[in-house]
Amino acid sequence: MTQPILKQAVGSPFTRIISVGAARGDLVVPNDDIVGPIESSDEWIRQRTGVISRTRASASVSAADLATSAANEAIENAQISASEIGAVIIATISNDVLTPSMAALVAERIGATPAAAYDVSAACAGFCYAIAQADALVRAGAAKYVLVIGAEKLSDYAKPTDRTISFLLGDGAGAVIVGPADEPGISPTIWGSDGGKWDAVGMDRPTREAFEDRDGEFPTLRQDGQTVFRWAVWEMAKVAQQALDAAGITAADLSAFIPHQANMRIINEFAKQLNVPESVVIARDIETTGNTSAASVPLAMHRVLAENPELSGGYALIIGFGAGLVYAAQIVRLP
Amino acid sequence: MAQSKDEVLAGLAALVNDETGVPVESVVFGKSFADDLDIDSISMMTIVVNAEEQFDVKIPDDKVSELKTVDDAVNYIVSAQS
Repeated sequence: MTQPILKQAVGSPFTRIISVGAARGDLVVPNDDIVGPIESSDEWIRQRTGVISRTRASASVSAADLATSAANEAIENAQISASEIGAVIIATISNDVLTPSMAALVAERIGATPAAAYDVSAACAGFCYAIAQADALVRAGAAKYVLVIGAEKLSDYAKPTDRTISFLLGDGAGAVIVGPADEPGISPTIWGSDGGKWDAVGMDRPTREAFEDRDGEFPTLRQDGQTVFRWAVWEMAKVAQQALDAAGITAADLSAFIPHQANMRIINEFAKQLNVPESVVIARDIETTGNTSAASVPLAMHRVLAENPELSGGYALIIGFGAGLVYAAQIVRLP
Repeated sequence: MAQSKDEVLAGLAALVNDETGVPVESVVFGKSFADDLDIDSISMMTIVVNAEEQFDVKIPDDKVSELKTVDDAVNYIVSAQS
């Protein structure tokens, strides 16, 4: 008996980011509002991190609300119907519940049902991880369009007295539509992990421990700043260079450099190590948005394009890196 | 190749000056990086990475926090070279 041959999906040979949307927290929080508990000053924060203010969301606004707003803008800009979206991927570390996913909720809210919907836990690299997946899904024929969102409400996980990371944190969401293209628009992803530095950045205690210790505090974020800084600049500069090499271009071919907005000192030293030419626009959204983890790259991309619309169609190096430690980088054609 | 303490000090002072603008003549034995030279932790890490390259030594992350003074850094580098 002859066995029938299975059908297997084949997608578009090329993909690109078609559009971008953004939503920032509704509150502007200047340094002076948070320096008290850390016995610091506006000058200290600016000098160490480049942050002047961060956007945070009101108590009634969730990360899913921010994700929904960003997604609606991205869908509108893509000029597609939400029903054409085959998958919704949300990169986040601040979903209100362990399960169900934020993505299933947002897919329902924006009318993308019954799209596949799931969250990605890769911290500040989450958006670039999700771009790798979206690119693969579209090229494999698993979805025509994929909605990728980075969404965080990190103010829920910030401890006012923490001097390592909390004062950097902001809330926001950035969304993109990834879809088929006539020419290459997303380069091979250079990604990976280094679990040997699992403790370098993350929660300060396990959730259950906090629950059982009724007098204790809710888990919040903390980091070993020096370890993260060294890794984020010198190791990530190598990853960024690998991404350029894999894409077959050089830093001089870039229109924009959009790294995770972790700290202005990291961004500046990173650009120096990578020899980014002066002609390349460097995203510095952290200055007024703060560090929004998985949301930072799409938020920064949105701002770069809003301030420099002529860069549309140009190449951008995007790279995310953070808790895990994990990282991912691509060259993308800007929408 | 192992260098003398004075040679390492001169090289380190140049690295500190490059990163922070602190005059090379201020980077002398007996000075604390944070308290006397006002060097923050991020600048310190940049100096450390550049020192690794210049002096061909490894300075692990957990060792960096122990290098509080110019003496600590010079002694560590000289001993790592030998």
